[in-house]
Amino acid sequence: MSIIENHTTNGQPFCKDPKLTARGVGVFYGEKQAIFDVSLDIGANEVIALIGPSGCGKSTFLRCLNRMNDTIDICRVTGAIELDGEDIYDPKVDVVPLRARVGMVFQKPNPFPKSIYDNIAYGPRIHGLAQSRVELDEIVEKSLQRAGLWNEVKDRLHAPGTGLSGGQQQRLCIARTIAVDPEVILMDEPCSALDPIATAKIEELIDELRENYTIAIVTHSMQQAARVSQRTAYFHLGQLIEVNPTDQVFTTPEHALTEAYITGRFG
Amino acid sequence: MNYSSLIIAVLILLGGAYLLGRNRARAIANQGMKLHSLPTHYGALMALWTGLPPLLLLLLWGLMEPRIVDQLLVAQLPAHIQNGSGAEIQLAVSKVHNLAIGSGVSEAPELQPAVKHLQALQQRFDLLQAGVILALALIGVALTWRRIKADMRARSEVERIVRYMLFASSGIAVLTTLGILASVVYEAWLFFHKVSIFEFLFGTSWSPQIALRADQSGSSGDFGAVPLFAGTLLISLIAMVIAVPVGLMAAIYLSEYATSRVRSFAKPALEILAGIPTVVYGFFAALTVAPIIRGLGESMGLDVSSESALAAGLVMGIMIIPFVSSLSDDVINAVPQSLRDGSYGLGATRSETVRQVVIPAALPGIVGAVMLAVSRAIGETMIVAMAAGLAANLTFNPLDSVTTVTVQIVTLLVGDQEFDSPKTLAAFALGLVLFLVTLVLNYVALKIVQKYREQYD
Repeated sequence: MSIIENHTTNGQPFCKDPKLTARGVGVFYGEKQAIFDVSLDIGANEVIALIGPSGCGKSTFLRCLNRMNDTIDICRVTGAIELDGEDIYDPKVDVVPLRARVGMVFQKPNPFPKSIYDNIAYGPRIHGLAQSRVELDEIVEKSLQRAGLWNEVKDRLHAPGTGLSGGQQQRLCIARTIAVDPEVILMDEPCSALDPIATAKIEELIDELRENYTIAIVTHSMQQAARVSQRTAYFHLGQLIEVNPTDQVFTTPEHALTEAYITGRFG
Repeated sequence: MNYSSLIIAVLILLGGAYLLGRNRARAIANQGMKLHSLPTHYGALMALWTGLPPLLLLLLWGLMEPRIVDQLLVAQLPAHIQNGSGAEIQLAVSKVHNLAIGSGVSEAPELQPAVKHLQALQQRFDLLQAGVILALALIGVALTWRRIKADMRARSEVERIVRYMLFASSGIAVLTTLGILASVVYEAWLFFHKVSIFEFLFGTSWSPQIALRADQSGSSGDFGAVPLFAGTLLISLIAMVIAVPVGLMAAIYLSEYATSRVRSFAKPALEILAGIPTVVYGFFAALTVAPIIRGLGESMGLDVSSESALAAGLVMGIMIIPFVSSLSDDVINAVPQSLRDGSYGLGATRSETVRQVVIPAALPGIVGAVMLAVSRAIGETMIVAMAAGLAANLTFNPLDSVTTVTVQIVTLLVGDQEFDSPKTLAAFALGLVLFLVTLVLNYVALKIVQKYREQYD
């Protein structure tokens, strides 16, 4: 399982109507290279699943898409990533509006130690999205409804967000991300800390969110990738091995490594 | 045999007992029997039973022997001294002790028989002590040796003894605290017999002199402690006004903004501040800061006394900065990175994240840190003694000279004092107040810190 020399990605990494385009992306942590020459399009209103064994670089790649890697001192990104045709690594780009457009949901639910209401209102407040209290109330309600959490929490909006169950906390985090009205939502193993019922709710939610948002989801569960995504990208040791429509990846994978992974020979 | 050679002898026996016990256990194991514990446990058990009882007895002996010797000594004193007051007897006994070790300067032929007797007594006691201690150690060796069998549970017994030793250690700390508290409460209670508790707590005039002669002018002292409380409060307040913002901002910079290189240099550097002796801060305050403040004040036409609450408070604040910053830095670092990521992921800047996510999450811990710093400020003595003066002015003007509870305790107890005069006893009453205040502050701080800890574990 060593790095493949002169590798080109199998399948269909590009699409007609791309929202995000990555070209020749490489990521270095200090001297160590974690991602090698990844080129991938993420289409508008599609859910793309990034799968692969642990340490293959799929989370690192995801974090490049809204420049979350900037918070790590020793991390360096090469290549080009464009959002609607604009280079997001251009020195002139401010990460604040970028991250408002490309939101992120994390592996472990991380509600702020604030009330449910303030958790949702946090983003709109820092970006000045609401002119009045009434508007803010509307945003909070709408976001919670879209995340399927409104009915469960509408009577206790001012209770602490940390008091919710794990699944509710994760939906709260999704609602918080939706509240700033992003175009793309990046999800980094959003269900890995949740039980199967909470997972099913989140998956349902992802399917509904596809109407309005472009979603890239990193997952360790191949069933989850099969259930929620239209395309699947398989990463291996920092290289993008294969990208194809999800049905095809799980029935007739092109590359031997992809087949080995989905049949459980390593993982 | 003197004390230290006796201890060394016991320790040598202890080491020997360890080897003996271990080898006996090995020998039993070599005969094909299955030992309950490891050979080292049998060794440790031998060592404990050989060493512990003699060492404990030695400690007890050291406490008891002088009393017994003195009792026996009194009987040898000349009759006219024996019939004298308790103080006279004590004086004679200590004279005898001095003469016995050859450092007595007073010529006292009448005490000579007592001196001889003491020397003989001590020789006998020393011999007796060495004999008893070593015998006890050997008895320990013998008894434990006989108990070592294959099925003997040496491991659990060793662990039980160690547990008692641990318990005793923690007991020493608790008992000492209780003892100090009891003595302070008792002396304060004596004080409140002489001065009413209301006068002490609410009186506004503090001038604790006591007449040496009945007809002396200004013979009645005043024991109203309000000026001291006010002075303490004022100086602590000034110190906190300096230390809390600076310390907190330093902590935020170090934990959120500084690169790891700056941090690895700046954090120890800040903590060096905490290692400077308070006396050094004190003369820095008195000789450098106070004159600067007075000069500045005079140039603005203000009347500043050369010893001012401001100088003491400023320097105390600087002293406490590392205290606040180091504790706050720890609690800020304990805020999970996932919260920061969540905030950055929504497009918040670093400053928004710090203000609206990190600080609120760390707030209980920060409050705890500040409370601990306050109790430190209230208890601080040296800086105030050197820079704020001794005048018990009831004022909230930071440019005046004030005094604090701790400084007054020092001045009350320095010099030759009668130990039962209200002046000395007042120190205990002040100490009691100080103790109660810092106790409450520390308790509240601990509770807050605990509550915070529960949140993320």
